[in-house]
Amino acid sequence: MTEQALVDFRANFAKALNDKQLRRNLTKAMDSLRLKRKAVFADKEALERLRSVGNAIRRRSLSKLPELLEKLEKKCTENGIQVHWAETKAEANQVFLDIIRRHQASRVIKGKSMVSEETHLNHFLEEQGVEVLETDLGEYIIQLDHETPSHIIVPAIHKNRDQIAHLFHEKIPDTPYTEVIEELNAIARKTLRQKFFAGEIGVSGVNFAVAETGTLCLVENEGNGRMCTTVPPVHIAIMGLEKVVEKLEDVPPLLRLLTGSATGQMITTYFNMITSPRKPGEKDGPREVHLVILDNGRSNILADPELRQTLQCIRCGACLNHCPVYTRLGGHAYGYVYPGPIGSILTPQLEGLQNAGTMAFASTLCGACAEVCPVKIPLTDILRLLRNKSYDTQDSPTAVEGHGYKKNVSEDLAWKGWTAMNTHPAFNTLSTRMLGLIGVHLPRVGPLKGWTSVRTAPKFAKKSLHQLAKERGLSDE
Amino acid sequence: MPDRPDKAYFFGTCLIDLCYPQAGLAGIELLQREGINVIFPQGQSCCGQPAFNSGFPAEARAVARQQLKCFSKDYPIVVPSGSCAGMLKHHYPELFVGEPEAEEARRFADRVYELTEFLVKVLDIHLEDRGKPIKVTWHSSCHALREMGVVEHSKALVRQLRNVELIELQKEHECCGFGGTFAIKLPEISAAMVGDKVADVRQTGAELLLAGDCGCLLNISGAMEYQNIPIPAKHIAEFILERVND
Ligand code: SF4
Repeated sequence: MTEQALVDFRANFAKALNDKQLRRNLTKAMDSLRLKRKAVFADKEALERLRSVGNAIRRRSLSKLPELLEKLEKKCTENGIQVHWAETKAEANQVFLDIIRRHQASRVIKGKSMVSEETHLNHFLEEQGVEVLETDLGEYIIQLDHETPSHIIVPAIHKNRDQIAHLFHEKIPDTPYTEVIEELNAIARKTLRQKFFAGEIGVSGVNFAVAETGTLCLVENEGNGRMCTTVPPVHIAIMGLEKVVEKLEDVPPLLRLLTGSATGQMITTYFNMITSPRKPGEKDGPREVHLVILDNGRSNILADPELRQTLQCIRCGACLNHCPVYTRLGGHAYGYVYPGPIGSILTPQLEGLQNAGTMAFASTLCGACAEVCPVKIPLTDILRLLRNKSYDTQDSPTAVEGHGYKKNVSEDLAWKGWTAMNTHPAFNTLSTRMLGLIGVHLPRVGPLKGWTSVRTAPKFAKKSLHQLAKERGLSDE
Repeated sequence: MPDRPDKAYFFGTCLIDLCYPQAGLAGIELLQREGINVIFPQGQSCCGQPAFNSGFPAEARAVARQQLKCFSKDYPIVVPSGSCAGMLKHHYPELFVGEPEAEEARRFADRVYELTEFLVKVLDIHLEDRGKPIKVTWHSSCHALREMGVVEHSKALVRQLRNVELIELQKEHECCGFGGTFAIKLPEISAAMVGDKVADVRQTGAELLLAGDCGCLLNISGAMEYQNIPIPAKHIAEFILERVND
């Protein structure tokens, strides 16, 4: 079970769709992210080759995941990085708390990490009296407003400049109102700078962890990630167990795919490769580095050969930026940590279909996500698979939690009727004729109501193509 | 280019059968004009996609089996819809994995063409435009675009028409929000999507909207009609036939 209250998807969706400001902010932001990606991947054939390489690397990593994780642990340990395994979110959070307590620390500074959102780390630590400060600009903005990220890469994408200007003016003491972007940046920078030096524990995510060398790679643009991982005496990194890759040479293609797909950058401003704590004689760097490796249901996903592809994800966010549903709802409407297409395939598997299954249905299966995914995850196929499982009551060792939750007699009957109609030519003829005759008078209630609230009702033709083809004497071989 | 066949099957699709038979007939006539003997199996029904996408694969398979039966001879299968063609071509083989019909489904899939793809790639059709000057815009269905990859063929046909000016949508590649049962199960999101699509159609200033898929047509034209926007919408086959016949 989740610790989170049940999400009322329909209410969330309606609320988001009615928020005109949100719709405008999202459209503008998503259009720009899409254009940037397109520009950086102008050579389509080269992109396809690179995607195939990315896909192969991620598949290979997952195919030997247990072995690679062992190797990663061994290498990290040799390098002086302390590795902690966490099966659940609670276990992961406890690891953090134990380290913090051991150092009698109370101030944590944090770089961006979606896995720490997944474990609700900030909330947990704050309840234990630890102060947590987000230092990524977007994360800082939403933390000021007590919000969660609405996007996995650009967490404050739902807000525009005016909204941020007001927020800074209201929430940061002695801050005059300004809408000038440079000035807003400077305000954040000044406020955060002081905090960096007071931070006792630095927290970060991990983009790729290299098994052969025990290297943690961290991609970022603001330098806050480097600050969090070098200034405080202790650095704790957290990653989902799927983030491991085999070799150092696997990193460049993935990095190129990640930055290009995420923000349309050839390379980010900062790229950190962390291999050990401060060595004797070195003047800087943390004295302790910890790596928390979280499972939280991922091994289950790995066990299913098709669903496993979900774990290929490098969290670039391109599928969100190109999704016609996400770009109209934003991330908050999904109610869980991971929104958009990747969220819609991952969340039902992490949280159970009975809780998050609706996400798998909130898609037209248009395929825009799979088209751009840099590691070629067949997102639409997985959405369909999760839909099947929503009705499938059969147990199996790799069954998704909550499978069969949607099974009901009336839908079963409706599809049985549909099948009969479409497998018996005589039925089919009869029913299309009936619709042709009475069609215009179909009731505007029931399922059709959703259709006719913004559209005219479908008009059924007097004669079907079957009839017309027969009248024209078309051969029926 | 594949050999030019004498005969071709026509898979009319259930939506055309119910709501747009004229589009189907137009597709048939375009083939006949090129000298193709068009076979229309009367036992055909639906490609099975509604069940396939809604979590009912067994039901989809039962309906798919009916189509395998009706289109069993070695003729090409021409489909006036990118979405249904995508289902037949790309999802049948996967639907029958481990079933006795696996091989049959693969061979069936190899014979499937979307209508405009068939006209351009197989028949190398040349269109003579007899119509008056007109401005049109074009909506790409998601599956014609991403599963079948045939949108360039459709647009190439429109561009062959001398008096037709094609004004492209700003977001031609964005889904219109139909998605089969999606439009009924999550009507609010679907409404937002089709609303934006209608606005995009309007800003082109086109007099007519063309598409190659009747699901999209039903959705977009239904929304335009509801908003009293006097831009008609037409299936590309019907439009082309009118232009060459006029
Ligand atoms: S699923 Fe693909 S496109 Fe979406 S975030 Fe993951 S890697 Fe990026």
